[in-house]
Amino acid sequence: MLSEAEWQAVFLSLKIAGSAVGWIVIPGIAMAWLLARHEFRGKSLLDGFLHLPLVLPPVVVGYLLLLSLGRSGWLGHWLYQSFGISLPFTWQGAAVAGGVMAFPLLVRAVRLSFEAVDPKLEAAAGTLGANRWRVLFTITLPLAVPGLLTGTVLAFARALSEFGATITFASNIPGQTRTLPLALYTLIQTPGREAAAARLCVLSIAIAMLSLIVSEWLARRARRRLQERDQ
Amino acid sequence: MNTAGDNALDCRVRKRLGHFTLDMALSVPASGVTALFGQSGSGKTSLLRLIAGLDRPDAGHVRLGERLLTDCDRRLHVPIHRRRLGIVFQEARLFPHYRVRGNLTYGMPATARSRFDDMVGLLGIEHLLDRLPGTLSGGEARRVAIGRALLTQPRLLLMDEPLTGLDGDRKQELLRYIVRLTREIDIPVLYVSHDTSEINAIADHLALVERGRLIAHGALDDLMMRLDLTDRLGGFDAATRLDARIVDHDTRYALTRVVLEDGQTLRVPLMSRPPGQRVRLRIGARDVALSLSMPKDTSFRNGLRARIEAIEPSPQEASANEVRLRIGGQALRARLTRQACDEMQLKVGSKVISLIRSVAFDQHF
Repeated sequence: MLSEAEWQAVFLSLKIAGSAVGWIVIPGIAMAWLLARHEFRGKSLLDGFLHLPLVLPPVVVGYLLLLSLGRSGWLGHWLYQSFGISLPFTWQGAAVAGGVMAFPLLVRAVRLSFEAVDPKLEAAAGTLGANRWRVLFTITLPLAVPGLLTGTVLAFARALSEFGATITFASNIPGQTRTLPLALYTLIQTPGREAAAARLCVLSIAIAMLSLIVSEWLARRARRRLQERDQ
Repeated sequence: MNTAGDNALDCRVRKRLGHFTLDMALSVPASGVTALFGQSGSGKTSLLRLIAGLDRPDAGHVRLGERLLTDCDRRLHVPIHRRRLGIVFQEARLFPHYRVRGNLTYGMPATARSRFDDMVGLLGIEHLLDRLPGTLSGGEARRVAIGRALLTQPRLLLMDEPLTGLDGDRKQELLRYIVRLTREIDIPVLYVSHDTSEINAIADHLALVERGRLIAHGALDDLMMRLDLTDRLGGFDAATRLDARIVDHDTRYALTRVVLEDGQTLRVPLMSRPPGQRVRLRIGARDVALSLSMPKDTSFRNGLRARIEAIEPSPQEASANEVRLRIGGQALRARLTRQACDEMQLKVGSKVISLIRSVAFDQHF
């Protein structure tokens, strides 16, 4: 049904988006908790900084990544010298770009679900002898699970559709960094490949729909368990 | 287990609140129930939150037994999860994702495991253990919350108006559970309330709070007898409580006979408890009438020989006097018209018969 190149693009997209979510999920939850439950100096500055990838042109983000994580960049130089890791023009680099672009969406969704957890329940757990870590892992996180799932899927979808930062930072290498959007872009640029472009277009829609349906199903299942309290 | 002397609470705190400053020195004896009583917004709950460590005072200290929990001079503030206090809030605050059993054991140390079954039995929640909190009634949820707090083996139990939002019958039911429980546990209880009938049922000591200050503090029975506090302690509904023991039941008329400390007996509506048990009766001051001799043809079922200890004009009602009577070791309040007092020539030291209608005993614990 699908050509080998198409399968390759699909698998690569899923692998890159999955890795992107994989590396941001824990820092994202930590950041959301920090913003939802703590007051500190420079909080609004940090909040604004986090949202930059949402409002900056993705090419700018990709270029900044290249400047910092490229082999001559300050972080990239250190990574290469110490561990022999080079991120630009690799699928791992594409995952970094996708993760950076998806991070603010994840933090937003998770933060909202943390804020929806009744602080009185957390205080009650404190009176029962639970320290803040136990409160986080036994009360706050379990009650925020629906938002956690939604945020993760949202981030996954964002990483899946990432284009500008990826092509700037990881380029468009078949089998390496040519994800669905990049493959689609390549086909559009090639005269006479309109039919193939349309196929990829339909494929993208199908994957996006599928992830939305799965997220809705997961969130509803988690919510049903929590909502037994409202009867 | 701690010995009783270890758990006395001593605090002196000051904190600026919205429209007044809370400034109180309170000591809670190491045993029994101390009621923190006052109107809404008087600072009761704020004081409780300072003791619990949920808020920090501007100045002062909180000490439980030998252990300092808060000391502003030394910048000491023990975090709430290390204070070993049991707190029951106005709402049950059960964790919706844990079953009742999970809620009960959330803060339970291994050393309290042996008390689990007793506690569950005492609160009547055995049949609820596998339910989720969302499926409980208000009264059931409160009982679970109380059990959850006590199973942490606290050194002090703080209860912030735990009957709030329950309707009449459920309120009485939960109050009875709480009274039973407070007789079983050996830690001090600080009970916040603005309802005199609740306090009459449960408290041994009373701290009266008004606008952030403590205006009276002592044994409940002594304070309830202070005619100058009538306004604050229930006013029109001012009441006395009498300790008695059940003698027998008359099922034909649905009456129960109880005996007071000095041997005089009373007839009250049928109680469900067996003879020999101690009960606490509540009698409204306006349900007591006085007579100079034992009347013959009367519907009053109860006549107690008493001596007048004090008579003062009622601060509530221009036509009335507040009267304090002595019956053996106990005291009883009555509210009479000034006219009746004058015509009967009642004065301090007069011997009288206090008449109480049996149906006036609407609550007992």
